[in-house]
Amino acid sequence: MIELKGVTRRFGDVVAVDNIDLTIETGEVCVLVGSSGCGKSTTLRMINRLLPRTSGEILVDGEDINKADPEALRLNMGYAIQSTGLFPHWTVARNIGVVPDLLKWPSRKRDERVNELLTLLGLDPATDAHKYPHQLSGGQAQRVGVARALAGDPNILLMDEPFGALDAITRENLQQEMLRIQRQLNKTTVFVTHDIDEALKLATRIAVMDQGRIIQHDTPEAILRRPASAFVENLIGKGDRGLKLLALRTVGDLMERYPQPRRPEPYSNGVNEADSLRVALSVMVWQNSAELPVFSEAGEEIGTVKREQLLQGGA
Amino acid sequence: MRLWLAPAAWIALLCALAALLPVMTPLFSWVEPGTDNLIYTRDSFYFLLQSHIWLVAVSATIGTLVAVSAGIFVTRPAGSDFLPLVSQIASIGQTVPPVAVLALAVPAMGFGEKPTLFALVLYGLLPILRNTLAGLGGINPAVLEAAKGMGMSSAHVLFKVELPLAGRVILAGIRTSVTINIATAAIGSTIGARTLGDPVIAGLVNGNTAYVLQGAILIGLLALATDSLFEATERAWARAFSI
Repeated sequence: MIELKGVTRRFGDVVAVDNIDLTIETGEVCVLVGSSGCGKSTTLRMINRLLPRTSGEILVDGEDINKADPEALRLNMGYAIQSTGLFPHWTVARNIGVVPDLLKWPSRKRDERVNELLTLLGLDPATDAHKYPHQLSGGQAQRVGVARALAGDPNILLMDEPFGALDAITRENLQQEMLRIQRQLNKTTVFVTHDIDEALKLATRIAVMDQGRIIQHDTPEAILRRPASAFVENLIGKGDRGLKLLALRTVGDLMERYPQPRRPEPYSNGVNEADSLRVALSVMVWQNSAELPVFSEAGEEIGTVKREQLLQGGA
Repeated sequence: MRLWLAPAAWIALLCALAALLPVMTPLFSWVEPGTDNLIYTRDSFYFLLQSHIWLVAVSATIGTLVAVSAGIFVTRPAGSDFLPLVSQIASIGQTVPPVAVLALAVPAMGFGEKPTLFALVLYGLLPILRNTLAGLGGINPAVLEAAKGMGMSSAHVLFKVELPLAGRVILAGIRTSVTINIATAAIGSTIGARTLGDPVIAGLVNGNTAYVLQGAILIGLLALATDSLFEATERAWARAFSI
């Protein structure tokens, strides 16, 4: 658990972070969102003490972080940044092995961990491990950056716009991977972004920041339904709020299940159980259909989702 | 291994010529007909070469140690106040010609090897310092941020990240410094140091082109051999760290 109590950071006369209180529960993904210069990165960098705070208290599992040795503190906090910061003179494997090396893991354990992470992030241990950062694409480099952050098996993960510089498709892919990895590992994560869609997708709770203050701290659904101010309302965009709400829930939540899974008819177009309701609506609009079959991960037809249900109960 | 072929060839040629020049009388009688003193004999060429290399090597070692430590110091948080001053000195110092440094060292330290060494160290410092600052300053800040954020100590960041990444630029600075100092050391002969400049000065004073030529050939070869040695080292460094 991470607790920020009355934390303030000044740069000269400028107040970057203004007396904020924030509690991040264990295993939660807290996304700090806001426009550039709102203090979200500053907040993140105070948690691993890359920046000292001007006043206030930051506690990790009840302990004031200023009492800990900064290097030991950081070894237990994975850190991934937008520009990756991979060490250009080291191979991918050595980059990922940095924290295990600092923790003095035996080299076999480290190598196993590196291979495990390469696989987890969709990289090939046989070919990619020996590449140098300049030989990687932007998406691959960012995967390595995330793998490096996870390598020491830290309790806390700090991510500063890790997908900000990627193209839309790669970003979408990596967000999916993040969700998958997070389901497996359940790390307490603080994630900074300026992209509200990314925030809605990844967060268990979102903290909206503006001018160094936290305007609203709540679940994605609550932020969409009850924005606390005009600023938040603007940020989430009034026009497609309904679609964003639909995007938060999966087809599995709303569908009617068959008593027995069926073999799907050949060439039938439907949606996956894990797809969002937004995807289901889009398919309906495109096909002009009032009802869609729903498939399980295994490819069996397990139920249907109806347009009426979607419009009434979806958002 | 092929990397070291060129420097080895230059060094072999240099040693061969230092040994063979004394028996090349016919060649030099063609350059300077009508004299009996065709070969410089006051000291052996080997002795002069050795003394020349020693002067340059000692000054380069001292210069590198001082300049790299100073460069590291002013790029740490503790020394950052001195960074503007030191980088200014590094760039202004380059505009003073080496001969001037040599001339100024004499009244302070007398004649001989000491003032030469002093001038060489002082002048050789500057390119190394400038390149150390450029090399350390040229590292992508995100890499340093990540290194610190991973939990590396400052010493770890310096030795595992900063110096390997800046190494090639620093090495280029040492290369420039040494090449300049090979030439400057020759002028040290005018203030009493024993170097390959001796035959050149003696030749100029006595109007003997053969002497001048013998000194000049060896100085030139020494510079070429050293430069190609650095070239190979820089490549080996780049290969080792893949940059």
